Amino acid sequence: MSEALRTFFSPQILGPEIFYGSSVGLFLIGLYMILVKKNLVKIVIGLSFIESGVNLFLISLGYVWGKTAPILNKPELMKEPVKYAVDPVPQALVLTAIVIGVAVTAMALSIVIVLHDKYGTLDISKIKELKW
Amino acid sequence: MIRKLFVLFLLVIVGFFLASVVVSVPFGAEKTIVGRYYLNNTIGETGGVNAVTSIVVLYRGFDTLGEVTVLFLAATGLAAILANTRERRKKHKEKPSLIMRVGTDYLFPAAIVFGSYIFLHGHLTPGGGFPGGVVIASGFLMLFLAQWHYKADELWLKVVESLAGMTYVLIGLIGLWKLGTFLGNFLGKGTPNMLLSAGIIPLIYIVIGIKVGSEMTGLLQNLRETTENE
Repeated sequence: MSEALRTFFSPQILGPEIFYGSSVGLFLIGLYMILVKKNLVKIVIGLSFIESGVNLFLISLGYVWGKTAPILNKPELMKEPVKYAVDPVPQALVLTAIVIGVAVTAMALSIVIVLHDKYGTLDISKIKELKW
Repeated sequence: MIRKLFVLFLLVIVGFFLASVVVSVPFGAEKTIVGRYYLNNTIGETGGVNAVTSIVVLYRGFDTLGEVTVLFLAATGLAAILANTRERRKKHKEKPSLIMRVGTDYLFPAAIVFGSYIFLHGHLTPGGGFPGGVVIASGFLMLFLAQWHYKADELWLKVVESLAGMTYVLIGLIGLWKLGTFLGNFLGKGTPNMLLSAGIIPLIYIVIGIKVGSEMTGLLQNLRETTENE
């Protein structure tokens, strides 16, 4: 069962389109939410969508056909790591990006709370000072 | 309606240019030389088997110190922004259900143990200080949800967090004193694939795990206290 699942989700079956396509798709969905939605919480969710799209793109940049995670805990991996493991640099960068993303989301949510406290609504079209 | 059409038009343009850039990047090919260098030298130079951890903690350790600082600034900024809204806090109407309360009693210790496991084994398995700390904070989140009156002591959270941050800098300074580089690996590399190996990586990840855990708990507590004032 798990073997079948693994072959189904492996990049050889799904192909690069699914990774690149879904990262661009997530980015566009997030941009749409930020530009169209009027609820402030939904706008923050849109920011997170953009972030996930960028992170997914960076991770799929580091993938190399048929290779495994860069954790060298087996003898053959220790001997020839480059032959068996994918590029670890994008993964390290995305680890940083995720943490910064959490910080950004928390800050944005705190601003949303203050706005709700001040105006009593989350609808940006009702907060007159912000109208465009 | 016109605004929506305008936005869709904009999205088509942005999507077209993004896609045209993305398509030109070959999928699944070797791209960076530096990645190959890290893979080949991570065991010899750092003793850690998890190449991602070695990069995050040792090769790019200074960057991670900055990352921890950003997280600290975000938590502090959130507390500062929410400081004025905290006074108008009211009682709850509904009590959490029995399942929630009893389940939390069993899951809270498990979350703490699992979080510690994740940051202790950061150099051996996927994970590390940041996910471990977040798992610990999720244990506290369950407590916040299940017991309305529970409140983490803010003074202790601050003390633990500051001590962890200072320990991180102190480890870096010991490296500077012993080896001449900030965050230098002054402990032995040990046998790869063992718990006590990879020099200062486990130490730094323990410190980061405790720091992130207390920071996230404080952050959640700040958010909770203000969202109650309906």
